[in-house]
Amino acid sequence: MTEVRKPVEDLLTDYDIFEPEFVKDPYPSFSEIRESKCPIARTERYEGSWLPTRYEDVVAIAQEYETFTSRGILVVPPFPGQGEGAYGGVTAPPITSDPPDHHWHRRLILPVFSPQSVAKFEQGTRDLCNALIDEVIDKGTADAAADYAQHIPVRVIATLLGVPLEMESDFTAWVRAALENIMDAEGRKWARKNIIEFFLAQVEDRKQNPREDDFITELMNTEVEGKVVPIEYVLGVCNLMLVAGVDTTWSAIGSCMWHMAQHPEHRKQLRENPNLWPTAIEELLRMYAPVTMARIVDHDIEFQGCPMKAGDRVLMAFPAANRDPRQFENPDEVILDREHNRHVAFGSGIHRCAGSNLARLEVRVALQTWLERIPEFELVDKTDVTWAGGQVHGPRKCLVKF
Amino acid sequence: MRVSVIDDACHGHQMCAIAAPEVFGSDELGNAIVLIDGDIPAELQAKTRRAESNCPERAIVITD
Repeated sequence: MTEVRKPVEDLLTDYDIFEPEFVKDPYPSFSEIRESKCPIARTERYEGSWLPTRYEDVVAIAQEYETFTSRGILVVPPFPGQGEGAYGGVTAPPITSDPPDHHWHRRLILPVFSPQSVAKFEQGTRDLCNALIDEVIDKGTADAAADYAQHIPVRVIATLLGVPLEMESDFTAWVRAALENIMDAEGRKWARKNIIEFFLAQVEDRKQNPREDDFITELMNTEVEGKVVPIEYVLGVCNLMLVAGVDTTWSAIGSCMWHMAQHPEHRKQLRENPNLWPTAIEELLRMYAPVTMARIVDHDIEFQGCPMKAGDRVLMAFPAANRDPRQFENPDEVILDREHNRHVAFGSGIHRCAGSNLARLEVRVALQTWLERIPEFELVDKTDVTWAGGQVHGPRKCLVKF
Repeated sequence: MRVSVIDDACHGHQMCAIAAPEVFGSDELGNAIVLIDGDIPAELQAKTRRAESNCPERAIVITD
């Protein structure tokens, strides 16, 4: 897609989250906005939005769910006709839900993602990482993003959902269209249609052929206040698991690989002191938080001096919050044993990423397995790394040699 | 030292359990629970403070 892009005159009044330099490295722009007289920037691009960059503001917005609603969570407006048609009511609960429904929407899926529940995916994830490394280890070179990171979350999620792993490339294509190439409204429409049709067929199949110990079956049979949950909820949760569970974690793993390729001292530190792993993972999540979520303003309000109108979109830039020097000492530095780390890579408040324990497990296992098998590696060409950005930030091409 | 979790404030980040797994665990929804009744043993106090300073919701209360 070629387009004429109007150059950004002033970041504070005209930021462009899809501008190529911003996509590649948004941190200098976040920092410039954060340290300016106007730390909540405004743009009229993409039907307009606000961009808070300070930790305190981002967290306050995440906490104030009555003012900052989840009616729209993408950083761009809905495509024309979204919400219409037979399954137009399918959203992505609980991420798209507001209280009071949010409560049961979330409560039903949280047990699946508790630390105790996700622990059972550890060995499978390790086996999968080893199999991916087997494919590249003799070549001496690999794309850490496309050959490794990209394949991990999609297969873990497909396993969790009990859907065919052979469809991995379809799932990846749908997710990229839904969350990554979101400037293309037609692509998002195509992804949504495919995802809903796919899960409808999965539900139908389970009605014909009941399965034991199956996530979708259990979801279909769940009752709330004596009634089986509506099909829109079942499809919505499946939609969420796929869309929110794949691109995000893949981006986080990719960014961590990109970091490790450039920091032999951190590889050494982890090798010599494996006790560092838990804090190291949190620090890498702080530093490379992949996700920016949006909120829709419920009613006219002045927030930190900004005249926000009902219906306005606010981008909760968690990656910007996580590098606020008011909250984190030396915020642009990775300190593997960082002592104080209230990072918000997984958000804050009632919409804390439901899959965070699984995501964390995948990131840790992916890094540990790689570093065990390939302890020394580096970027082939620092200037030849490509990135996705906007809603989700992470490398899409990241060649390494070893 | 004693420690408690403000139930309404905890949203299950699990960062306390990562910092101090001997002190904090998880209920079936993934929200934090305190595993130790009464005083926190001396050898776990530093970890407990670290857990407090890693909670994004500021849901952990320490009383000395």
